[in-house]
Amino acid sequence: MKYLLRSKSAVTGLILIGILIIVAILAEVIAPHDPYRMDIWNSYLAPEGFSGKYILGTDDMGRDVLSRILVGSRVSLLVAATATGVSLVLGVILGAVAGYVGGAVDAFIMRVMDLILAFPSILLAIAIVATVGPGVVNAMFAIAIVRIPAMVRVTRSMVLALKEEEFVMAGQALGLSDVRILFRHILINCFAPILVVASLNMGTAITVEATLSFLGLGAQPPVISWGRMLALGREAIRTAPHMTLYPGLAIVFTVLGFNLLGDGLRDIGDPQLRGR
Amino acid sequence: MLRYIIRRLVQMIPLLIGVSIIVFLLGHLAPGDPVRLLLGEEATEEDVARLNAIYGFDQPLPVQYLRWFTRAITGDLGVSIRQTMPVRALIFERLGATLELAIFSVVIAVLLGIPVGVFAATRRGSLWDYVSMIVSLIGVSMPGFWLGLVLLSYVALHVPWLPMFGRDASVFQGLWVLLTQFRADVFLTGLRHILLPATALGVSMMAIIARLTRSSLLEVLGKDYIRTAQAKGLKYSMVVLKHGLRNALLPVITIVGIQFGAMLGGAVVTETVFAWPGVGRLVVNAISQRDFPLVQGGVLMMAVVFTFVNLLVDISYALVNPRIRYE
Repeated sequence: MKYLLRSKSAVTGLILIGILIIVAILAEVIAPHDPYRMDIWNSYLAPEGFSGKYILGTDDMGRDVLSRILVGSRVSLLVAATATGVSLVLGVILGAVAGYVGGAVDAFIMRVMDLILAFPSILLAIAIVATVGPGVVNAMFAIAIVRIPAMVRVTRSMVLALKEEEFVMAGQALGLSDVRILFRHILINCFAPILVVASLNMGTAITVEATLSFLGLGAQPPVISWGRMLALGREAIRTAPHMTLYPGLAIVFTVLGFNLLGDGLRDIGDPQLRGR
Repeated sequence: MLRYIIRRLVQMIPLLIGVSIIVFLLGHLAPGDPVRLLLGEEATEEDVARLNAIYGFDQPLPVQYLRWFTRAITGDLGVSIRQTMPVRALIFERLGATLELAIFSVVIAVLLGIPVGVFAATRRGSLWDYVSMIVSLIGVSMPGFWLGLVLLSYVALHVPWLPMFGRDASVFQGLWVLLTQFRADVFLTGLRHILLPATALGVSMMAIIARLTRSSLLEVLGKDYIRTAQAKGLKYSMVVLKHGLRNALLPVITIVGIQFGAMLGGAVVTETVFAWPGVGRLVVNAISQRDFPLVQGGVLMMAVVFTFVNLLVDISYALVNPRIRYE
């Protein structure tokens, strides 16, 4: 924790993420307008700034872009967090079992991971959602699947290194069960690198979610998501460029926050980089 | 070396079989009966059963897979439901455009990313260092397709020389015409069209390259032989380029290879934004039209290309670093 606060990028990342979480929770309170309310006479309105009624302008139906960005943060964060959580749990379990048990089980798990990695990950996510049908839940599922291999690999390599340590042998000598050794003693020590991958996975998950929604495969109307806002903005690219600019900036800053946090955590975990 | 290549090729076979199973299942699990889709609402039960028998849909799943696989291996990927054309022809028509876009993006990323990294590393701690690293961090965090939309609305709309959509001519073909017939028109047409999509697709890779070049070069510049070279009285720029950069580029080459695959994935969406006539846009359109043979063929093709690119990266890396061959 002490090191965490010393890393500039980790702190900046945490601040960005913190702001975002507050925005997502309070979205309806701080939104200047009802994000669903249409104002057809004022559609495609350019941003008016803080002096006007619509700070970031309006969309094709005259709905307030700023309010929609604020509320849209929920879907992005929720989908990314759930997908990352699922890939974290499954990835850590699979990676730990592969590394600890070894042999045929290890070979099987790693070949399946190779199989997932044989596809460009966005393409695989698109193909999965196209098969099981569009929607928020299916998008989460697809994102979780394509993010599992990174988690499995890092957990497995940590477990492989740690299982030769003396404290593991001590546990075995004491007659502790393998499950207990693996989950109570080894995994605790893998915490830091897993957290780095989870943080970077969050960033990727936000991007993939936006991509799926942009292609119409993620959140469906009337759910507001940043990716869908970009898809609407694309239709009005000549007349209302603000409809694509601002939701995209929201994505950039969110992903930036998680990347900064991930980078910072990695630097902390690597003593060679500490103090640079 | 030859043994290493053969071993890697043999290892690819089970992987590609696995890929084909996944692609087959993806097409199969898709909701909606393709036969009913094809025959329309007023088809009788007998018609449906007859067509099911013709297509072999009445057979057990493993049998269907084997039939599909043996045909796929000979290059027969079926017929597109909507375009009533062989899937293979549709894909090969567009594969060149996708590869060209990806390769051109990599070229832009390398040509811009490495100098930025060198610039930042040699001015470590300066304002320029901070600015270029912050900009590249933002570049890494940016969805390429959004950058594409921004480039369209804020650049292409205001610069008449840059078209908003389409491809019109191949830039590599244009380069060939330029070199053999000394005519620049084809090359310029191709260049005008590819510039914006390739930038949108290449920015994240450029940012990754810049960051990696910087950190790798910083590490190398701290080595003893750099001090020796400087002590010999060589100019600093000479030391950086000849002794430093040369040794710092190995990890950069690796990441270029790894990222090339991500380019193929990113191209799927970038092509949609710029109406680029590649495989990615073909697949996205096929998805919205529920044309599953085409989706299957496109995804399979991309995965196969991706696997071969990874193989080429591994082989070239083994060429540079002999230790890998014996692992």
